[in-house]
Amino acid sequence: MNPIQSLGAGAISQVASIGRAGVMLFGAIFAIPRLKNVPLTLQQMFVVGVQSLLIIVVSGLFIGMVMALQGYTILVDYGAEGSLGPMVALSLLRELGPVVTALLFAGRAGSALTAEIGLMKATEQLSSLEMMAVDPLRRVVAPRFWAGFISMPMLALIFSSVGILGGHLVGVDWLGVDAGSYWSLMQSSVEFGSDIGNGIIKSLVFALVVTWIAIFRGYDCTPTSEGISKATTQTVVYSSLAVLGLDFILTALMFGIE
Amino acid sequence: MDNIVDIDNMTFSRSGRVIYNDISLKVPKGKITAVMGPSGIGKTTLLRLIGGQLAPDAGDIRFAGESIVSMNRSTLYKTRRRMSMLFQSGALFTDMTVHQNVAFPLKEHTRLDSDIIDTIVALKLQAVGLRGAANLMPSELSGGMARRAALARAIALDPDLIMYDEPFAGQDPISMGVLVKLIRQLNDALGVTSIVVTHDVTEVLTIADYVYIMADKKIIGEGTAEQIRNSESPLVQQFLQGEADGPVPFHYPADKLENALFGEKT
Amino acid sequence: MNKYKAELMVGVFVLLTIGALLLLALKVANQTMATQSDTYTLYAKFDNIGGLKERSAVKVGGVTIGRVNSISLDKKDYTPVVELSILNKYKEFPETSSVSILTSGLLGEQYVGFQPGFSFDGIANLQDGDYLQDTKSALVLEDLIGQFLFSRGKDEE
Repeated sequence: MNPIQSLGAGAISQVASIGRAGVMLFGAIFAIPRLKNVPLTLQQMFVVGVQSLLIIVVSGLFIGMVMALQGYTILVDYGAEGSLGPMVALSLLRELGPVVTALLFAGRAGSALTAEIGLMKATEQLSSLEMMAVDPLRRVVAPRFWAGFISMPMLALIFSSVGILGGHLVGVDWLGVDAGSYWSLMQSSVEFGSDIGNGIIKSLVFALVVTWIAIFRGYDCTPTSEGISKATTQTVVYSSLAVLGLDFILTALMFGIE
Repeated sequence: MDNIVDIDNMTFSRSGRVIYNDISLKVPKGKITAVMGPSGIGKTTLLRLIGGQLAPDAGDIRFAGESIVSMNRSTLYKTRRRMSMLFQSGALFTDMTVHQNVAFPLKEHTRLDSDIIDTIVALKLQAVGLRGAANLMPSELSGGMARRAALARAIALDPDLIMYDEPFAGQDPISMGVLVKLIRQLNDALGVTSIVVTHDVTEVLTIADYVYIMADKKIIGEGTAEQIRNSESPLVQQFLQGEADGPVPFHYPADKLENALFGEKT
Repeated sequence: MNKYKAELMVGVFVLLTIGALLLLALKVANQTMATQSDTYTLYAKFDNIGGLKERSAVKVGGVTIGRVNSISLDKKDYTPVVELSILNKYKEFPETSSVSILTSGLLGEQYVGFQPGFSFDGIANLQDGDYLQDTKSALVLEDLIGQFLFSRGKDEE
C-alpha cells in the first residue's frame, strides 16, 4: 500500500470506529429504564468513584498547597497577597479541578475500565452473556458508563474543595495571609453560577468523554493480551488529549467572550 | 425425525477469507451431534453462527424451524434463552462465586424467589458434582472444574440445545472422562440436544450419535460413529488416525525448498 | 456483606460531595439563601461607570449593604444605568443620598460607594424602584493623568 492509500485507510477506520463508539453509547444509554441496573451502577460507583477518592484528595490537597505557595511569592511583591484566595479558588474551580480530575480519572479509573471490559471480552464473558440472552451493553457497559459519568463531577467538586482548603493551609496557616481576606475576597470574586456552575458543566463533559473512550476502547479492543494493553494505553492518551482540547473550547465558550 | 438446527447451503467469510463454502448440516433433536475438524477451520464460528452472533453471507440457519438469520433482535434474544453455549474457556464471570455464576441466568430471566433459585443452583451443581465448590471463586477452580461449573450454568435454564465448544481441549484424562460422561448423561437425562465441536476424535466418537467432519471449508464426511470409522475417504482417515501428512498437507503452501534456498529469485 | 460495604462507601462518597458543594457554595461563593424579597431595587445613572461589574458591592462606609444587579444603557440618552439590589434591613435612606463609584486600593476592584444624605422634614425615604439623583462617576485614570499634565502645562507658561 502506498502512503496515500494507507492514510486514507487509516482515516476510514477512524471514522468507522467513531461510528461504532456512537452506536455503543446509544445502546448503553438507552439501558436506563432497567431498575435491575441500579445496584450494578452503585457497585461500579464504588469501584470507579470511591476507589479514586484517595488519589483525588491527595492530589487536590497538594495542588492547592503548591498554588498557594507559588501565588504568594508572586503576589507578595505587589502587596496583593490578600488576593491569594480568589487566585486559588478561581483557578481550581474553573480549570484545575475539572481538568486534573479528568486526567487522574482517565489514568486511575478509565484504564481499569478498559482493561476490565477488554479482559471480559478476551475470556469470552461478553460472548457468553450474549448467548445467555443478556445484552452486554446493558449488563456490563451501561452501569460502568453511568458510574463514571456520575462519579467524575463529584470527584471534581471534592478536588476543588480540598484544593481550596490546601491553599488555606499553606497561605493562611503557614505564610500568614489574613484568613479574613482569604475568604472574603474569594467570596466577592467567585460566583456560584458562572464559576462553580461552569466548572461542573466542564467536568460533566469530561466525564462523558473519558468514560465513553474508556468503555469503548475496552469493548472494541482486539481480545488478546497485546490488544488489551494497546487499548489501555489508547484510553489514557486519547482521554487526556480530548480533555485538554475540549477544555480550551469550553473555556473559550464560557469565559472567553463577555 | 425433527431437527433442532438446520443449516442450508450456508456460506460465511470473514475479512475476505472464506470460512465455510456452501455447507449444509442437520442436528436431530435429542441426539449428540459432533462436529470435528482440524484446528483453525472455524468450528467455533459455526456455533456463533447458530447462536446468531454472526450472520452468514448466504444460505439459511434455522433453529426449531425458525430462521435465525432473519430474526429481529428481541426474537433472537428470546430464542437464545432456549440454547446455551459452553465456551472453551468456560467464560465464568470472574467477579462472582460459582453459585452466583450458576444463579445468574436464573436471576436475569426469571422472577423466582431466591430460595427457589438457591435450590435449583444446588441441584445443577450437584449434577456436575460441584455442589461443594459453590462458594469458591472461578480463579480457585481447576480448568476441568471451571468447565463443569460453566456447564452447570449452561443448563440452569433447562435449554433445548447445548453447544459445547472444544469441551475436551487441554484437559487431563480424568477430567476428560468426567466431561464425556457428563455430556452423555445430561443429554439423556434432560432430553436436550447437544452439539459438540472438537478435534478430540476418540472421546467424541464414544458418545456422538452423528458426526460431521469438516476440512477445507466443506463437510468432508458425515455419518454415525461406526460409519465414520469405516469411511473410505482418505481425508477422514487421515484425521482419525492423526497422520502427519496426507490430503491435509504437512507443509503450509510455499515455494519449493530448493528454489527458496538455492534458486534465483524470480 | 461485600455489597453492603460498597453501598455504604458510595453513601459516604455522596455525602462528601454534598459537603464539598456546600463548602463551595456557602464559604467560597457566599451564596446566601437570600431570595428576591429580601432586597429592594434602586437605580442610578452615571456618566461613566469605569470598571464596575455586575455583582460588585454596594457599601456604606465599608459595610456592604447590597450588590450591583445589572448594568445597562438608557435607551434615550445613552447613559449607563446601574440597578442596585439593597438588602431590606438597610431600608431607611433619605432621597438626598448620593452614590459614587470608588476603587478599593490602587489596583483593587471598583464598588459603589453609597453616601446616606441628611434627612429632614419634607424629604421622603428611598422606595423600591427609585432613581438616585446625586451620582458621581468613576474616576478614569487616563483622564486624571491628562488633566494633571494639562494643568502642569498651564502652570509653566
